[in-house]
Amino acid sequence: MKKAIEVKGLTRKFGHLVAVDHLEFAVYQGEVFGFLGPNGAGKTTTVRMLTGVIDPTEGTAAIQGHDIQKASLLSRSHIAVVPEEANVYLDLTVWQNLMLMAELHSIARHQRIQEADRLLDTLGLAQKKKQKARALSKGLRQRLMLCAALVTDPEILFLDEPTSGLDVQSANLIRQIVADRNRNGLTVFLTTHNMIEANDMCSRIGIIDKGHIAVIDTPEKLRSTINFRQYVEVRFSSMAPDHNELEALADVLEIDSENSTFRLYTKIPGKVATDVVRLADTKGFNIIHLSIRKPSLEEVFLHFTSKGKEGGTL
Amino acid sequence: MTVHREAQMLRRQIHGSIVILKKNARLYYLKPPVLIFGILFPVFFFLAFKMGRPIAAEDFVPGMVAMALWFTASAVGPLVTPWERGAKTYERLISTPVSVPAILLGDVMSGLVFGVCLSIVSVLIGLVLTDASITNTPLLLAGIMMGALNFASLGVLLASPPASGPSNIMLLSNLIRLPLLFVSGIFMPIGQMPAWAQWIAPLSPLSYAGALIQSAFGRSAFFPVWLSLLMLVLFTLIFFMVSCKFHNMWRAKGL
Repeated sequence: MKKAIEVKGLTRKFGHLVAVDHLEFAVYQGEVFGFLGPNGAGKTTTVRMLTGVIDPTEGTAAIQGHDIQKASLLSRSHIAVVPEEANVYLDLTVWQNLMLMAELHSIARHQRIQEADRLLDTLGLAQKKKQKARALSKGLRQRLMLCAALVTDPEILFLDEPTSGLDVQSANLIRQIVADRNRNGLTVFLTTHNMIEANDMCSRIGIIDKGHIAVIDTPEKLRSTINFRQYVEVRFSSMAPDHNELEALADVLEIDSENSTFRLYTKIPGKVATDVVRLADTKGFNIIHLSIRKPSLEEVFLHFTSKGKEGGTL
Repeated sequence: MTVHREAQMLRRQIHGSIVILKKNARLYYLKPPVLIFGILFPVFFFLAFKMGRPIAAEDFVPGMVAMALWFTASAVGPLVTPWERGAKTYERLISTPVSVPAILLGDVMSGLVFGVCLSIVSVLIGLVLTDASITNTPLLLAGIMMGALNFASLGVLLASPPASGPSNIMLLSNLIRLPLLFVSGIFMPIGQMPAWAQWIAPLSPLSYAGALIQSAFGRSAFFPVWLSLLMLVLFTLIFFMVSCKFHNMWRAKGL
């Protein structure tokens, strides 16, 4: 599979602080690559290096085979960026903002006009074409940012927390447009704090913590790496078994309990659930709820990041 | 194949500079307060020095034109990058396939066009309201063009420091531009200035632009035409190359 982005030993220091430390990874053509990490982990610094905004201190990266430093203009000709904070020109109209970005990417006049009209229509901005960007709400500005990125016809789209703080409609619309473009071959590099978004959109996920890549895999495989965090949740009516009775069941690793609800952590939830039902039948307990929960991406994230280990929150 | 690709890349960079020029004109230059400042400020500043002193129109008008050029071509340039850094639009520009020198060339071209247009207004005001006359039109145009190019490059150089806001750059800009104005032979011929000022005058590009404009109005100038043109070219190259170096250095450092 062809690599759209290849990162080798990418490092960025700010004085004594090592923000990004020898990153090694690749993003393949046509995939949506999720780049997750706690605040200050090095996500945005990585994006800023890959998009040519700042230079790496060490290491290198290539965009569509072009070195980001030695062939920076060529590498930047393949990308577009949607940052977290919409940095549109507030005193230009919606249309002028789009034309500016398209012209900077040398998109032919007829193509940029046709594409801009189509994008404005798709993203619900057609009526606002002649309005200054200053007059747009946060959600609409972020939609404009996406339009301004897509009108340049990029092969790789960098999305740095694109839906952060947006209303549900704008966030959904942005996700939908990105997914549509991805189906047509667009490679997407997405940084986000939204685990549902990452889970739904990304074909692979890289988790960065303190400047290091902690893990990279598909969301499904990442969840399976912490399958010991699967659990059987069971709630009994007034009569409940003793904590020790449940703990004695084979393959139960750990138990959390609250009143008559128990969480039995195990790697084999199906077998444990069967054992719980058998135990209840034997002892005459009444089960009013029984379910198997697999680990969420959020739990994977917490497992692989220091904030999770320190008991921090997302 | 490589030559063709490089030629295409160069065309794209020049096109990028023109796009930046259009953007700057829309956002920063074609604003009523900026235009009014560009016309009125040099006129009133000069009148403040001229009134009550016996200065001939031929001396008065070249000085007004040179000062209009100085204040307009280098006025907005120092502020564009700090404004854009603050609004984070600068990050967007440098992530496009347009190089930093091409972006800066666009900024210089904006100052050049603005300076040329407004100093021509000063020329017209001078010709209509006084009996001053142009004796060498090509030299006047060359002086205005070269002066505007140079002062716009100086403006872009002044925009280099990674300041937290435009106000800091404005302070730096005035600290440099105002002293140079006083030693450039605009208010008093360089030959009549104190010895220390005569030593500093050659360090100011305005001295050379002023000399060209004075010559174009038929006045004797302190510097010969060839030297003035040469020095303006040299100053322009130095200002532009140093500003490219500084802008790239601060960008690489993320400042």
